[in-house]
Amino acid sequence: MEGISKRFPGVVALDNVSLAVGTGEIVALIGENGAGKSTLMKILGGAISRDTGTVKINGQAVEIRSPSEASALGIEFIHQELSVLDNLDVGANIFLRREPTFGGFLKLIDRKRIYRESDEILKRLGVEVSSRTPLGQLSIAQQQLVEIARALSAGARIIIMDEPTSSLTLTETRRLLEIVKDLKAHNVSIIYISHRMHEVEEIADRAVVLRDGKNAGEIQGADITHERMVRMMVGRDLKEFFKAAGNGSATRDGGFEVRRLRTVRYPNHTITFNVGKGEVLGFAGLVGAGRSEVARAIFGVEESLDTEVALNGQTLRIQGPQDAITHGIYLVPEDRRLTGLIVDFNVRENISLPNLDHYSSAKIINFKKEATAAREAVKAINIKTPSPEMRAANLSGGNQQKVVLAKWLTFSPRVLIFDEPTRGIDVGAKSEIYELIRKLASEGVSVIVISSEMEEVLGISDRIAVMHEGRLTGILDRAQFSEEAVMRLATGTEG
Amino acid sequence: MKKELGIFVLLIVLCIIVSVINPNFLLAINLQNLARQIGAFGIFSIGLGLVIITGGIELSVGSMMALLGVLLSMMLTEGNMGVALAVLACIAIAMALTLGHGLLITRLNMQPFIVTLCGLLFYRGLARFITNDETKGFGTVAGLDFLRSLANGNIFGIPRPFVLLLIIAAITWVVLHRSVYGRYLFATGRNAEAARYAGINTKWIVTFTYVIAGALTAISGVIFAFYTNSVSPANHGNAYELYGIAAAVLGGCSLRGGEGSVVGILIGTALLQVLRNLVNLLGIPSSLDFAVMGAVILIGVMADQIFTERRNRRQIALMRESESH
Repeated sequence: MEGISKRFPGVVALDNVSLAVGTGEIVALIGENGAGKSTLMKILGGAISRDTGTVKINGQAVEIRSPSEASALGIEFIHQELSVLDNLDVGANIFLRREPTFGGFLKLIDRKRIYRESDEILKRLGVEVSSRTPLGQLSIAQQQLVEIARALSAGARIIIMDEPTSSLTLTETRRLLEIVKDLKAHNVSIIYISHRMHEVEEIADRAVVLRDGKNAGEIQGADITHERMVRMMVGRDLKEFFKAAGNGSATRDGGFEVRRLRTVRYPNHTITFNVGKGEVLGFAGLVGAGRSEVARAIFGVEESLDTEVALNGQTLRIQGPQDAITHGIYLVPEDRRLTGLIVDFNVRENISLPNLDHYSSAKIINFKKEATAAREAVKAINIKTPSPEMRAANLSGGNQQKVVLAKWLTFSPRVLIFDEPTRGIDVGAKSEIYELIRKLASEGVSVIVISSEMEEVLGISDRIAVMHEGRLTGILDRAQFSEEAVMRLATGTEG
Repeated sequence: MKKELGIFVLLIVLCIIVSVINPNFLLAINLQNLARQIGAFGIFSIGLGLVIITGGIELSVGSMMALLGVLLSMMLTEGNMGVALAVLACIAIAMALTLGHGLLITRLNMQPFIVTLCGLLFYRGLARFITNDETKGFGTVAGLDFLRSLANGNIFGIPRPFVLLLIIAAITWVVLHRSVYGRYLFATGRNAEAARYAGINTKWIVTFTYVIAGALTAISGVIFAFYTNSVSPANHGNAYELYGIAAAVLGGCSLRGGEGSVVGILIGTALLQVLRNLVNLLGIPSSLDFAVMGAVILIGVMADQIFTERRNRRQIALMRESESH
């Protein structure tokens, strides 16, 4: 891929980016969230079109207009979110869209052949499930392997893996890495996107780093080290990036307390912690560790079991989000488009939604008041929109996130929970959001930041709570902060 | 507002065409009749429109009207109940039934289509059973003048159901487009999950909306009962829910929820009744009645969809432009 550029409304996603992969080579594509990795791969996979640049395979320029054209060229994409159908069985998933048929125009599916060939591929991958098993009965890791099996059975020559290990346990990850190496031995080219630096160190022949939608450099073989990669990804000292860093000096006592919280997903573990007034408590852990469940339970959108929540020593009853909001406890949820915003509402309507009574008398909305508040919020936190009347759907990720924030900032929050606050946000907006978080803390808000990005959680927090499979495995003080310490607790090897 | 304008133009154009081909359209008696129909159909259509804005559907309207009609007749003629009490009882029953719909939908997470489809079957069956399938009238019961004139009378030449519709529409307009409740309703219909995260009690909003729809259905039901002056349990109100749904959709309500307006529903209702009238006046075989309506609704909704797509693209273009500067 040479000179690829792509603009979206709101961001230049890719600016003259190039990437080459040799036969049987494993190339790691790394960069922070929003660096353009996914966009570049979506272009290669035919999911979106490029604005400029060329794509060549074996020296031949090709046009990839759809995923099926990509597939025909031997390019298969294994997405971070599984794209298998859990209402079908394993074999049907492996052969989806390529079903062998018989019976002429009747196009009856040759089930025998599907199961026979699927079983062969599964065996090759070392997956011990029958291809007749309904997919829904498999673990996430097994489903991921089914995706790889599908790619192989489609005759893939280039396989793109987008964060394939993000929801796998350590043993499952090991198994996957072995399989990736095995694919390489069979001359399949792999583009491996991951945030897990040690995985990249282990398997990549070459690492291509993207930053802010541009090539930031390449590292070869043995030079691929954690440090070099991080430096190249961030492009500056972490300290500078986090000029709004936590310093651990905030008060710990009082503030916001959560006692004996048990989520429905992990009823056997109780979670107890507190966040001081003006403190930022980071929540680290692997995807699926139960951090979001804790956040949702505190906010009351998800049921929890005999949880006790207290603010400044006063025990609160939270039975639904209404109660949490009344007490000044707000959540900026993980998924902006599904839960953070009503994307078809405009910016004004989104901002006023949880606070509507404030802008109305006798339940009749005062549009002037509402519009003024929206305009002020847009200005105060620098939301880039032509007007507050713009549909939220048309804003970029960073600006959407700011709208979610504006919703809560128009009240005076006492506890603010951020769940992956900068996911899919460009770097500029990211540092603005960090500054906002620190500013809130300095105003005495108790802040919880759930984040899967190591740099982020290490940079922004005063203390870090780490979770592993529903258990709170430890809380680190600033003096104990290190990536290793967090990872040890996150993978459950300690505590 | 653009949405309503489009359909309003369609309505006017239709009226002009009909009146040119057959000037009888403009006769006072025809217009009065038309307005009366619009009034009676419009009241429950508004309720249905609100339900559709929640992202739900209410299919039991027609059957419920049959049930309420026969109950009203029985309460007045056999039960010797007072008129006001009987009417209030009708409204209360309808609200209780739709409260049931709302609770089943929000508490048990049942699908609105299924809940209200069962209502459609159940209430019709119940109406036929309690009457032994006999048509019920209002006989010679005294004191019904008010209800009769509510359905058949005029105020300054304007049919009373139409006047009542305008009053109800005005109230609903304020509630839907100016009040907190209305904003919550749109939010819930658009994205119930995000609405919940914003602290809106979405279950309550949805349930309440079904109850309102029930009350409006009962008011329409009373009018229809006295308009036809007899209630045949097997046929009364048949397919009325479809008129309501069609009016709402024509008026810009999206079945996906979160979209629609009172003015739109009014114009949609008017358009449907004009179409029925047109079939009569233009000498189109009445067997084509439904086909004409189907075609016009399809064209109307299709045109609207095309306009919406265009508007969205324009907004994105505007966004791009503002950024490149």
